[in-house]
Amino acid sequence: MYLVTLTDFLQQVVSGIASGGVYASLALALVLIYRAMDVANFAQGEMAMFSTFISYTLITSFNLPFYVVFPVTIAIAFAGGVVIERIMIRPFEGKSVITLVVVTLALFYLTNGMAGLIFGYILKSFPSPFSSAPISFGGIFVTVQDVGVLGVCLVILGLVYVFFRFTKVGLAMRAAALYPESSRLVGVRVSWMLALGWGLASAVGATAGMMIAPITFLDPYFMQPILLFAFAAAVLGGIESPLGAVIGGLTVGVLLALVGSYLPAGQNLRLPFALVIIVAVLLFRPAGFLGQATVRRV
Amino acid sequence: MALLELNEVQASYGSIRALHGVSLKVEEGSIVALLGANGAGKTTTLRAISGMVRASGEIRFAGHDIAGRQPEDVARLGIAHVPSGRGTMTQLTVWENLQMGAYIRRDRDRIKADYERTMRYFPWIRSRKDQVAATLSGGEQQMLAIARALMLNPKLLLLDEPSLGLAPIVIRDIFEIVKAINRDDGTTILVVEQNANLALRAAERAYVLEVGRVTLSGSSAELAGNESIRKSYLGD
Repeated sequence: MYLVTLTDFLQQVVSGIASGGVYASLALALVLIYRAMDVANFAQGEMAMFSTFISYTLITSFNLPFYVVFPVTIAIAFAGGVVIERIMIRPFEGKSVITLVVVTLALFYLTNGMAGLIFGYILKSFPSPFSSAPISFGGIFVTVQDVGVLGVCLVILGLVYVFFRFTKVGLAMRAAALYPESSRLVGVRVSWMLALGWGLASAVGATAGMMIAPITFLDPYFMQPILLFAFAAAVLGGIESPLGAVIGGLTVGVLLALVGSYLPAGQNLRLPFALVIIVAVLLFRPAGFLGQATVRRV
Repeated sequence: MALLELNEVQASYGSIRALHGVSLKVEEGSIVALLGANGAGKTTTLRAISGMVRASGEIRFAGHDIAGRQPEDVARLGIAHVPSGRGTMTQLTVWENLQMGAYIRRDRDRIKADYERTMRYFPWIRSRKDQVAATLSGGEQQMLAIARALMLNPKLLLLDEPSLGLAPIVIRDIFEIVKAINRDDGTTILVVEQNANLALRAAERAYVLEVGRVTLSGSSAELAGNESIRKSYLGD
């Protein structure tokens, strides 16, 4: 028997929000691809895992500082996403959803196997860019790490928002995803917009990988639970809504933190709980928080 | 000189041939109408020109043979296509729809000038730029689609059934604007219409399509006086 104090509760909420930022990032990556192709990219987590291994190699083998490794990894992840789309997705453009799902599953196993082959299966500890020193906000202790992770994720999400909202290419990508035919008629190279979308999703996913790896340790499987959490976040927020992905991510983060610390054997219940969220949302409110709102955004 | 010339253009959807050899000419600075019943191949002809459907034969536009080119490249040559059903980007704002119209252009000052020019035809758009396009009425969406096409500063404007689903009074307004665009800016226009009456009044020349072939052509006056046209398309 233990007492749940308010401080303890708030502490769990805050740390949940921090991991929620990570789920939100990967959920956003899923949403970006879903909007463009109507397909959930099952390989999104594995692509992020591979990018994280690249950053690990840059840190440990090349002794580069994190603030250099971070943008370099994001650039590599972006280029990798574009290349993967051109090689693996483009031949199947316009094919049925089920075909594309199978392709992303193939990509899942391919990426996972290649990571194992190149980087090995031994669990590695990923150096954190942030200290785990606690700081106090009015009695609630949070770590610098939590604040840093959330901050980085929010900055990346903000940049993605600014890109889509205020740049010409971002506008063209939105138009190409929703109205491919009209977009082609005004001269948008829709197929390339899809490749850019893959690049962007891959880059956002890489951020998630690098932020969570110091907490979870690194091996070729480390992103698989995170992908499930991100799916829960995306479905909860409304699979077509980028803002929904962020709200869903933060919500799922908090819920999982509470489940993990207050239910008996809670840490083991996090995965099943994420599945429960997915099933419950699909059963009772398939559009999620904002799914319908995007369809007739007024 | 003809700005656009189609020679024995054929096009198919899968194994179904929609165009069996369409030949027509659109003189620079003119309005030409493409008439015919449902399924005659009017829309397919426009789609063949803009590259949305694979076409064989010869399609000459301003000195280029564009048959088989991708729509992205055809747009870059200065052909703006307003598709049937308007192709409104409904979740985007009115302003974003217009921006998309100028997507391939880099000449900021000229885009600004073309925006001002376009607003002469559609002054109501100015005050409603930030509205989501889905909230516009059908007639407004058709006007926005034409405005978006004008933002490309096209040499040739392809209009696919601009009257579709609209009230007679709105249709009249739209055709007045189409005529004004042709008269004031010298934009060449190829318009597909089921409403032959309306089309023949706006156009100088017209072609009649039947089952994927041109069966009649001539000046609008000639066609308006033609007995079989009057029977089939003008409701006499």
